[in-house]
This record gives sequence, structure tokens and C-alpha cells, in this order.
Amino acid sequence: MPGVAPTADPAPLDGQLPASVTEGAAERPFGVYIHVPFCKVRCGYCDFNTYTADELRGVKRTDYAGQAIAEIVFAAEVLTAAALPIRPVSTVFFGGGTPTMLPASDLIAMLQAIKDTWGFVSGAEITTEANPDSVDAVYLQQLADAGFTRVSFGMQSAVPRVLATLERTHDPARIPLVVQWARDAGLGVSLDLIYGTPGETAADWRASLEHALAQHPDHLSTYSLIVEPGTKLARQVRRGELTESDEDVQADFYELADELIGAAGFDWYEVSNWSRTPELQSRHNLSYWRGHDWWGVGPGAHSHVGGVRWWNVKHPAAYAERIEAGDSPALGREVLDAGTRHVEHVLLLTRIRDGLKIADLPAAARTAVAGLIADELVEAKAAIGGAIVLTLRGRLLADGVVRRLLDD
Amino acid sequence: MSPIAKKALQPASTDPAFIRNFCIIAHIDHGKSTLADRMLSITGVVSDRNMRAQYLDRMDIERERGITIKSQAVRMPWQLGDQSYALNMIDTPGHVDFTYEVSRSLAACEGALLLVDAAQGIEAQTLANLYLALDNDLKIIPVLNKIDLPAADPDKYARELASLIGGSPDDVLRVSGKTGFGVEALLDRVTELVPAPKGDPNAPVRAMIFDSVYDSYRGVVTYVRMIDGHLAPRERIQMMSTRATHEILEIGVSSPEPTPSKGLGVGEVGYLITGVKDVRLSKVGDTVTSHQRPATEALVGYSEPLPMVFSGLYPIDGSDFPVLREALDKLKLSDAALVYEPETSVALGFGFRCGFLGLLHLEIIAERLEREFDLDLIATAPSVIYEVTTDDKQTVIVTNPSEFPGGKIHSVREPMVKAAILAPKDFVGVIMELCQSRRGTLLGMEYLGEDRVEIRYNMPLAEIVFDFFDQLKSKTAGYASLDYEPIGDQVADLVKVDILLQGEQVDAFSTIVHRDKAQAYGVLMTGRLRELIPRQQFEVPIQAAIGARVIARESIRAMRKDVLAKCYGGDISRKRKLLEKQKEGKKRMKMVGRVEVPQEAFIAALSGDVEKKAK
Repeated sequence: MPGVAPTADPAPLDGQLPASVTEGAAERPFGVYIHVPFCKVRCGYCDFNTYTADELRGVKRTDYAGQAIAEIVFAAEVLTAAALPIRPVSTVFFGGGTPTMLPASDLIAMLQAIKDTWGFVSGAEITTEANPDSVDAVYLQQLADAGFTRVSFGMQSAVPRVLATLERTHDPARIPLVVQWARDAGLGVSLDLIYGTPGETAADWRASLEHALAQHPDHLSTYSLIVEPGTKLARQVRRGELTESDEDVQADFYELADELIGAAGFDWYEVSNWSRTPELQSRHNLSYWRGHDWWGVGPGAHSHVGGVRWWNVKHPAAYAERIEAGDSPALGREVLDAGTRHVEHVLLLTRIRDGLKIADLPAAARTAVAGLIADELVEAKAAIGGAIVLTLRGRLLADGVVRRLLDD
Repeated sequence: MSPIAKKALQPASTDPAFIRNFCIIAHIDHGKSTLADRMLSITGVVSDRNMRAQYLDRMDIERERGITIKSQAVRMPWQLGDQSYALNMIDTPGHVDFTYEVSRSLAACEGALLLVDAAQGIEAQTLANLYLALDNDLKIIPVLNKIDLPAADPDKYARELASLIGGSPDDVLRVSGKTGFGVEALLDRVTELVPAPKGDPNAPVRAMIFDSVYDSYRGVVTYVRMIDGHLAPRERIQMMSTRATHEILEIGVSSPEPTPSKGLGVGEVGYLITGVKDVRLSKVGDTVTSHQRPATEALVGYSEPLPMVFSGLYPIDGSDFPVLREALDKLKLSDAALVYEPETSVALGFGFRCGFLGLLHLEIIAERLEREFDLDLIATAPSVIYEVTTDDKQTVIVTNPSEFPGGKIHSVREPMVKAAILAPKDFVGVIMELCQSRRGTLLGMEYLGEDRVEIRYNMPLAEIVFDFFDQLKSKTAGYASLDYEPIGDQVADLVKVDILLQGEQVDAFSTIVHRDKAQAYGVLMTGRLRELIPRQQFEVPIQAAIGARVIARESIRAMRKDVLAKCYGGDISRKRKLLEKQKEGKKRMKMVGRVEVPQEAFIAALSGDVEKKAK
């Protein structure tokens, strides 16, 4: 698998958490992420933890829901053992891979297990990612009936040539259909787009944005394509078959996205995410940036509880083995110290609109704010009001802004 | 059957009539060391078994470059008829940077072999040293070497040599250091033709230091040529330039390993060890006399080594600065010509401003520092010594562009050299073009033999130290050779060009150039830096300026995007690690005002090694 696991301590087999995790836990919302590590084919750009049928080494997809439910039960035990209060779940997110490769009944069974274990807060947000060619009206209706509230479609592009480069198999004409079915089922709709695919022109990107906006989604995410080492795309770029789009083109595309999405009445709330109203923001996604607690279920899933981060073994076969043995599936973990938590706080909150408070910064870093205003990277008005809010330019240079806010 | 001396003459009691002191004048690559090795073996001082190639060139760099940096002397016995002789072969450095050391080596001899590659003919450097040898009244013995090479044309080059020094082409010896052919005849010829040394055995001691070498075990080994009197172990000696006194702990001759003797008498060549640790206390050219009965008059020809070329040397890893200091302190012990003082640069951090005899000297020192002390170094563009007079008649000596006075300049004087270039006649055009572009004034041109020309120019030294030799070599397919000598200074229309990043001066890039070339330099450097400096969060203007007047400008467009769009399924650790990596990267950046510049960019810009900055 591509991607390097962070270096950290090995995770204890019993999953036991240090006592420090209880601090402030009552105020932290709790969420669950369920990773579904299956895909029909692997797309050329993808380095996520997912497997096609050929790559599963004897693991059966039909066994997966049962294993995930077993981890949910295990999670409840670990959290209770750490003396954490039982917190009803605020958000659930099924991601992948392709969660909708599984029958709706599997997703529903996993959701039911979460509900049985912790219960839900009122108005809980329950999302699944979906591939446009792996769902139909009936499937979506089943999810909605079982309590799902949102579906996030991997649309990526409206241009067949761009989809072909990405090796996405769906027919763009299917997008209006699946969006309509989701709406009919009463689900909120988010569309994911990718920009900066090799060979994508500004006109292509505009067409994709316009096509997405024409579906009147509640929420939009746009991600610049990153050529990850070890992917087929990276090999194609290395061999000169494809040309990576440069930083200026990506910046142009982002600015076009902001312009068109903004003109359609959306507001940005995180560097890559826009919603039609504040209520339609992805609260699960925000919980990552806000440093909330969540348990990540499934192979390769990441969790965070009270300053402890851990990640599970990556391969479904290894995962199945751990679960069957009754052990924690966690491979490694980090217990964050105060300095690291501050770094993360700045790193994560800077990216969201309603995020970092200047009062959270030490005096030395606060002096950097004036320079950031002068360089038109943060909003002057918000800064005077005590908050760091990135300008359009600042969103594109967010990593540099973070470095300047962390300069010792 | 080689005529090894039946009975070698003993040092300290050799009649000067049977001593022959000679050196070899040759161009790099013309086989001097191979011939010297062959003589050692034929005279029996080094057995074939112990022979290692180029025995006399002790330093690794010398052996690799095939050149001799430090000279040495070796005593060889020889037999001619019934008489035994002592031949002292004094090895001379072969490069223009070391003219002074060459002149002292020559002053220790009565004869010189003019050694020329039979396939290449004489080179400019050899000509220069030949003039020096003739100037010292040395008996010249012309020798063509490498006659075993298929490309050798001894007839042609014998005619060339004969036309140069007079005599018949038949007088030119033909040898092969490699096979040994003709070497015995050559030693006979040396014994016959080189005059015996003269001196007064009863006069107060006078010995000339022609080399001074630092040995980490024994301290400084001083090589001397006895002129008058006699020196013995345990005697107290005095250096006539400094009046410093030392006791002789060991005295002897090299054959070629140091061999202690009972002393040294008139005309002999040998070494002294006094226990001093710094070659500055035993300077080349100085006269050694006796403390008890000192001579009243020093031998003529002594002068202090004067640095001609200056450059800043900086460790690429700033934490190596103390190592560099220690290394220079060590090299100084064996190199009296090396001078340095600490300096700091915005772009390059802490380093040393160093003075050198010339470009090769600079290269050798830099290479020794890198090799012997494991340092990675960057050298700033070499500078010469300017004399700047301001409008209020203050005169400032400038060896570093940063010392160039601000305000109104009345005049600037720069050092000039007389350059002699030897090349096949087909290259005359390109050579003249090159010299003309380097502000040269043609002095004359002369045919040497059938197809080779000597072209003489007056040129500013600054033009020579900047990449001239490389250009000359590349434009003449490597055929041209160069020699130059200082001829004083003259007024020139020179200006200091500064390079500014976002209005902040980058010291390492300031340079002193002729006004006509200022803009070209500005355009070149601003262009290089634009390619090499990564984009920042803001636009960065790069300017070249003379005082306040901007003569070239470029700009680095602001960076547009550096944000990573996605957090992979809550993998915050990966994101944080990326940030930490970026922060680490920033620590290695040099700050010029607010601009973050990777040191590699400065280094590449200085070395001209400009590639597209890697994303």
C-alpha cells in the first residue's frame, strides 16, 4: 500500500487509553467514522486504503459488517474502561473505498450497532460517501429510512475525458439522476469535485462546476488533485505520459471555483468546502478540524480521543485477524503533548472560517498577524475582531500562514 | 650497467667542485615527476622495489593533479669517469601562482633542465620559468621527454628549443622518463655542464631557505642551500629577516628519505629541523646564519609573500565554522602565503576572507580543506586588491566589495598583469577576441617555431581571476597555455554592483566590475537568482544597482498555492508531519529581509550552476 504510516508508539493490544483522555470530554462532541475498504476498481490517482476483489487475500466483503460491529462493541468497552462518560453520537460518516459497494442492509446494520451502543444526539448527521454508479433509488431510500441524513457523491468531474484520466467509471449523465433520487428519499446532497487533473482545461473545470451547481446540492467539496507517490497516476507522470498541472493553474482553478460557487449562494467554511447555509456544513468534517473526539472503525481508520491519536492496521485480512482474536486493531498511536496539541490547534483551526481565535496564540505569534494582514492573507476586519479568517489568497497559501503563526 | 657511484660523497665534507645543483623546469604533464623518479632509480637512491610513482610529490593532491606544489630536494650520487659526484635535484613548483617559490628554488641551483614534452612543445608557463632561470644565470640543458610516444615529433621541437635558447638542435637531449631511455646520458650531461657551486667556507654562515614544509610529527622542515660557511647539529642559528634564533635539532640531506648528517658545507643542499611549528618562522627566501657569528648581509631576493586574490570561504553547514577555523590554522603552518580573517555574510553565514597567491592557490587550499578536513565549502567570486580614492581624497584599500566606499569616488586603481599566451597559430583569432573582451591591450605577438604563437597582453588581474583560464582552455581545445606576472596598477572606470532582494543587499553577490560590464553582471545575477529562489508568499523584486541607481531588475512572482487540500479520513498526524517537515526545511533557509532563500540557491548562483529550481 502506498502512503507511510506515521511513526509513533505501537498501540497496546487491549486498546487501553491513558487517563488524560477524560479531561474536558463532556464538552467534546463524539463521532464515528466507518471505513469501508472496498472498490470495484482502483482509480489511477487514488492512494486511499481500499482494495479490489483481487487484492483481498481471501477476505470476504460479506464478513465486513460483522467485523466493524465487533470493533464498535470493543470501542465502547475501551471508552468505558477509560472512565469516559457515555456520549451520544453527533456525527457518523461512512467513507472509503466505496461504502455503497456493500448492500444497504450492511450499512444499516453498522449504523444500528452505533445507535445501540451510544445512541444519537437529536439531529445527528449521518453521511455516507457514494459512487454515482453504485446506488439506485431503492438503495438510497433504504438508507434514508434507516436514519441516514446525507449522501456525498464522488462526482469529480462532468467531463468524460477528465473522468477517463482519473479512471472514474461512472457516466456523468448519472449525476442528475442520483441527486434526484437522494432528494426524493429526503437525503441532503453533497458533491465532491477534483480539479487540476492532468489535461483538464479551465473550460473543463468551469463546465464541471456549472454542472455540479446546476444540481442544486446542499454542499460542495473541491479538492486539487495530488499526484501521490506509488499511484498509477504518479507512474504516468514520471513516464511523461501525463503532465501534472502546475501551482498557478491549480490556483486559477480554485479561484474560479470560489467565484462560481460563491455566486451560486454558497459560503466557504473550510478551505475545500462550501455549503448553502451554515446548517448544511458537514459537521463530521468540521469535527476533524475542531479536534473533537471520534472513533474510526475499520482497516486503516484513524481515531482521536482526548489528545490520543491512533490508526488501525491497514489490510482487511490483518484487521479481520485482530478483530477475531478480540484484540485492538490499532497499529500505532501518538499521545500528544501540549506543544503538539498547540501545533495541531493552529494547523487545523486556521483552515476553517470560524476557527482560530487570536487569543489562542502566544504573544510572539500574535505579532505575525499584522504581516499576514499586510500580505492579504488574513481578513483585517476579522483579525481586529479577534479571529483568524483566511482571505481567498490566504486559503490558497494556508500552509504558509500556519507556518508563520507557529514561528518560534 | 648503470654507473652508480662507486663511493658516494659524504655530506658536510664534499668538495664543492664535485657538487652539481640543478632543477627541472617543465610544464604540468610534461613528465617531470616521472623523469625525476627514473633518476632516483638509476642513481640507486631508491630501489626499484620501493619505487612508487612520482616519489617526490608527497601530497595526495599533487599526485592526483600531477603537479608539484611544494618543492623538495634530493641528493643523488653519480659517477663520471673516475670521479664521484653529488647531484642535488631541486624540484620546483610549476605554476604561476608560485613564481616567488620558483625563483627561490632557481636561486638554489647552478643549472636547469628545460624539460619539454616531445609531442606538445613548450608552454607559456615553462617559458616564464625559463626566463627566470636565465635571469638567475643558470646553465640551461634542453631536454625533450616522452620521445617514446607515437605522437612525439622531437625534430620539430628540438628546432623550436634551439631557436629559443640558441645552440644547435643536436644539443637537445632526447629522453623517455617512462622507459629510462637517455636518462644516464642526461645525468652525465648535468655533471659535465652544470657549474660547481661557489662560496667561502670560512665566511660567516649564509644559507638560503628555498622551501619550508610543515610535518605533523617533526614540525617545520626547512630546506636550505648553503652559500657560505658550515652548519652543524646543535648549532644555534638565526633567521636574518626576523632575528629569531633556533637550535638545530637535526641537519641532513634527502636521499630521498631524510638522512641526518654531520652538517652541511658550501654548495650543499639539505634540510634543517629546529622544532618550530609554524612555517612563518622559517620563511622561503630568508637567509639562515649562525647566532654566534652572524653574517652582516642577507642574501638578496627575499620578499614577503603577497596575496593577490581574495575570496570568502564559507562552510555549507554553518555548524562547521569552528572546524574551518581549526583547519585554516593548521594549513597556515605549512603555507606561509595563506592569510585569512573571519567575516560574516547574510547569504552564507560565518566564514573567512582569505588571501591567495593566485587562483590555483585558492583551488588547492579549498580542495585541501575539503579533502583533509572533510569540509563542504563555497567560495565567493575571487576579488583582487583595489585602491579606491574618494572625492575627499581618502584612499581605501579594498579586497572585498563590501569595503568599497559609498559616496563620491574620485578614482579606482586596479592591479594589472602582463599575460603571455602560447597556442597553435589557428587559435590566434579566438584568443585575441577573448583578451579584448577582458579589457586586454595587445603588446605583441611572436612565432615560436613553425606553427605556435606567443601572444602578449596587458590585462587587469581581475579579468584573469574570473574564469579566464577556463575560457581560454575551452576556446582553444585545451591547447593554449597562460602565464602572467604583475606589472603594477592603473586607473580604471570601476564600479561596485550590488544585488538586492526586496531592497535588501545580498552581500555575497556584490562585485567590483568595469562600468561597461556592470549591466551584464546585473542581468546575469538577477536572472540566476530569479531561477533559483523559490516563490514566496509575496512578490520579490530582485535588483542590481550601482549605488542607488538600478541597472537591472527581475521579479519572483508571488506563490499562488501551497495548501494541501484534503485531510485523509482524519489522518491529522500525516498533516502535522508534513508541516513539521516544512518547518524543518525553513530552518535551513537563509533570511534576506523577509525572503527565505535556500542556501543551495546562493551557492548555485555563485557557482553559475543554474538549473531550474526543483519544485
